Amino acid sequence: MASNEVKTTGLLGWFDKRLPVTSMWNDHMAKYYAPKNFNFWYFFGSLALLVLVNQLLTGVWLTMHYKPDAAQAFGLVEYIMRDVPWGWLIRYLHTTGASAFFVVVYLHMFRGLMYGSYKKPRELIWTFGMIIYVALMAEAFMGYVLPWGNMSFWGAKVITQLFGTIPYIGDTLLEGIRGDYNISDATLNRFFALHVVAVPIVLLILVFLHIAALHSVGSNNPDGIEIKKNKDENGIPKDGIPFHPYYSVKDIFGIGMFLIIFLGIVFLKPDMGGLFLEHDNFNIANPGSTPEHIKPVWYFTPFFAILKVVPNPFGGMIVMFSAIIALFLLPWVDRSEVKSIRYRLMPFKLALTAFVTSFVVLGYLGMVSWGAGEKLLAQVLTGVYFLYFVFLFVYTKNEKHKPIPERLTH
Amino acid sequence: MTDKVNESRRNLLIATSAVGAIGVGFAAVPFIKSWMPSERAKAAGGLVKANVSKLESGQKLQVKWRGQPIFIVKRDKVLLDTLPELDGRLKDPKSEDSIQPEFAKNLHRSQKEELLVMVGICTHLGCSPKVYPEIVPQAFDADWKGGFFCPCHGSTFDISGRVFKGSPAGTNMVIPPYVYVDENNLIIGTDKLEGGA
Repeated sequence: MASNEVKTTGLLGWFDKRLPVTSMWNDHMAKYYAPKNFNFWYFFGSLALLVLVNQLLTGVWLTMHYKPDAAQAFGLVEYIMRDVPWGWLIRYLHTTGASAFFVVVYLHMFRGLMYGSYKKPRELIWTFGMIIYVALMAEAFMGYVLPWGNMSFWGAKVITQLFGTIPYIGDTLLEGIRGDYNISDATLNRFFALHVVAVPIVLLILVFLHIAALHSVGSNNPDGIEIKKNKDENGIPKDGIPFHPYYSVKDIFGIGMFLIIFLGIVFLKPDMGGLFLEHDNFNIANPGSTPEHIKPVWYFTPFFAILKVVPNPFGGMIVMFSAIIALFLLPWVDRSEVKSIRYRLMPFKLALTAFVTSFVVLGYLGMVSWGAGEKLLAQVLTGVYFLYFVFLFVYTKNEKHKPIPERLTH
Repeated sequence: MTDKVNESRRNLLIATSAVGAIGVGFAAVPFIKSWMPSERAKAAGGLVKANVSKLESGQKLQVKWRGQPIFIVKRDKVLLDTLPELDGRLKDPKSEDSIQPEFAKNLHRSQKEELLVMVGICTHLGCSPKVYPEIVPQAFDADWKGGFFCPCHGSTFDISGRVFKGSPAGTNMVIPPYVYVDENNLIIGTDKLEGGA
């Protein structure tokens, strides 16, 4: 780190004596040295931040017209869509933003898997990131209940029912989550409170910690080499470039590209053919009528498929949560001395391909109804999913790899 | 100051922290209890009456209790006679692992043989099964003897709500507590008459 002394005068000087504005700007932007070889995969962190801002902004605007009341909620969403000036746009930005959030986060996580960004010394960044992912799933699940459509109701019922399968405490826990003996007005109301107040606060704190931890150890890169090992006489990494302006400009380009696709969907195909907004949710919640086929929104379907693989609901829940916990453990499962896929050999590449394929195909299977063939396939792929972690743990004990260069390559 | 630990002050610190932790524990109680169903929800989850005088065999009457559909299904002798032969095809023919009041832990899973009172929610993941009372081959079972089929994940149940092998559901359908007031009227939500609605 270069000298922390800041010599500013005037208004900025006045502030700097009371709040370290200039040094904060330097630490995190103008003198935050990031590796010079970031590629396409490094867009998704800043894009996740952009989508978070979109969700907060549109979310606040939506609460101005919405009431978490089981008798009114469904009608108020229609009111937002039809009568509130620009309400349709604000709601579609929010619903499309939810899906975009998961697209961006999944790609962001895949980047981490490829380049070993979860490995030492970035275990804590990965852990915070995983907690963000779980909080995001809770946030999205509760948000999906708010329009009070029939899929909101039955999705909430099926997912909360999972907690009811826990032995001994299940029934009490279920009543505690629902606040009633079924999904009802009480459930809608508390999900609103959690979705709008509690989880967003937690998310913001976690995002702060995620970035603070990142800026403390520095960014990984496609070569998986620590740039801080090679510093010049001023203590600046030789392979580093200041985040601002180099990467702020790159990220703005990424944001432009992202917005073209994102707004294209918002304007042209906001329901994504039933993928982002499910058709059953255009009917009001009806406890007496189950939709033909209950399924969660696409971003949950890999885990939903894993849940359905096990016949016993409690067992299914255990396996499903294990699939998420396994991801948390990655920094300690992968014992290799190399980080990046660039210097790892074919067995790792094949294993990662198999893992990602199993996740994607499970995602598809979680959307369709099952015959015997689909069930078998889902069972095999669930096996592949978990075997990745076992394989990685064993394989990385004495992993052979290509020679790792001293400096970044281009 | 010396490096020596002041034991009495440290003990006071520990005692204060312990009392504080207990206080936090007590303070958490209202926040956790507040999640449980309110008095209004409890009252609304009270007893429900049903009149079954107009039910014909194979017909279903549906009432709501605690937000759940309650199926009341009339069964004639033909349907009831299918029950004893099914044991080999069922997961829990004697209802050992299933939820029902003691009076319904029998072959017909009811107080009066001909009338089934059952929570109309699949024991798999909470969908609502549909009744198929005709004894005819079905797409989901060529040897169908009448019963319930869940469209969500394909669980099948016999006309007593007992689950067939091969279903995702693990246990038989839940029987709620209920009591007959007279020949044609029953109350759901309790199995005792006194103090009832």
